[in-house]
Amino acid sequence: MEPFLQNKFFLIAATFIIFLAAKLLQKRTGVAVFHPILVTILALIALLYFGNISPDQYAEGGDYIEFWLKPAVVALGVPLYRQLESIKRQMLPLLLAELAGCVAGVVSVVLVAQMLGASQEVVLSLAPKAVTTPIAMEISATIGGIPSLTAAVVVCTGIFGGMAGFQMIKLSRVSSPIAAGLSVGTSAHAVGTAAAIERYGMRYGAFSSLGLTLNGLLTSLLTPLILPYII
Amino acid sequence: MILQCAVIFAFLAFGELVVYLTGIPVPSSIIGMISLAAALKLKIVRLMWVDKVADFLVRNLGFFFVPAGVGVMRCFDVISREWGAIVTATVVSTFAIIAVTGWTHQLCRRALAKHTKGHGTLPAK
Repeated sequence: MEPFLQNKFFLIAATFIIFLAAKLLQKRTGVAVFHPILVTILALIALLYFGNISPDQYAEGGDYIEFWLKPAVVALGVPLYRQLESIKRQMLPLLLAELAGCVAGVVSVVLVAQMLGASQEVVLSLAPKAVTTPIAMEISATIGGIPSLTAAVVVCTGIFGGMAGFQMIKLSRVSSPIAAGLSVGTSAHAVGTAAAIERYGMRYGAFSSLGLTLNGLLTSLLTPLILPYII
Repeated sequence: MILQCAVIFAFLAFGELVVYLTGIPVPSSIIGMISLAAALKLKIVRLMWVDKVADFLVRNLGFFFVPAGVGVMRCFDVISREWGAIVTATVVSTFAIIAVTGWTHQLCRRALAKHTKGHGTLPAK
């Protein structure tokens, strides 16, 4: 009989309960570093490590949670629809900003990683790190990166962007809430969008989901074209 | 609730179908998101058919990323070898994206606002 700790329903329950506790922890303490997603991931890694559970065994339960990622991305169509009018009114600034942000993201991450002596496969895995997991993993596989490393970096980028992104916005003197929502979604995909919705509300959060959509599309189209020039 | 889930999954399935038929390297969920927004705009789907489940999913988006984050355990060896480059490049690039996207958007809007004001066609709002 397999140990109970490897039971998938136990692992799903553990994920929910730990996330709930992590949310409470942040609410009580108000410390930004206690980001619920980050805390939950670290706590689960500790649980797997000390409980002798392999990542594959965790995935038996975890896949049921990850399953909802795709329907949730579809659901972003609703805030997108609610903002269609203001998007239409400023199509050109939005498109140009996305184009610039996409190129800046891919080029900067590749150049810095190369300068610091990262191996080729790591550089390639990092290139699509700003876009949402399913897109990033597909790009990574296409250009010769390691998709599971990409997934990990993507999640960390999202958490980091959701936590520190608003400070970065202040530092770079971006003042319009539309530009701020857009930047967070462009740089930190769905996790950043969730943070932007929490901070700015659905109205400006919708620009964040627009940022993640456009950057996802542009990055999947442009990354294979840009890479040969900078590697 | 059933209707709401049906709409979301119908659009996801539609995205899968488009990918299956055309083979384009765009995720089905992104196609589903864009077509859902389009269907709402064209009044093929009414907002009250999807808003409850959609708001629930959107509000809890971060939670669904947890298992992918736990998957980081699978590449501990690469990360322990090259973590410095990975972390630095990611931080620098995230900052670059935020600054460049934000600045470009603000600059373009200011330029356009000036331009349209001259012609007196800026909408009242």
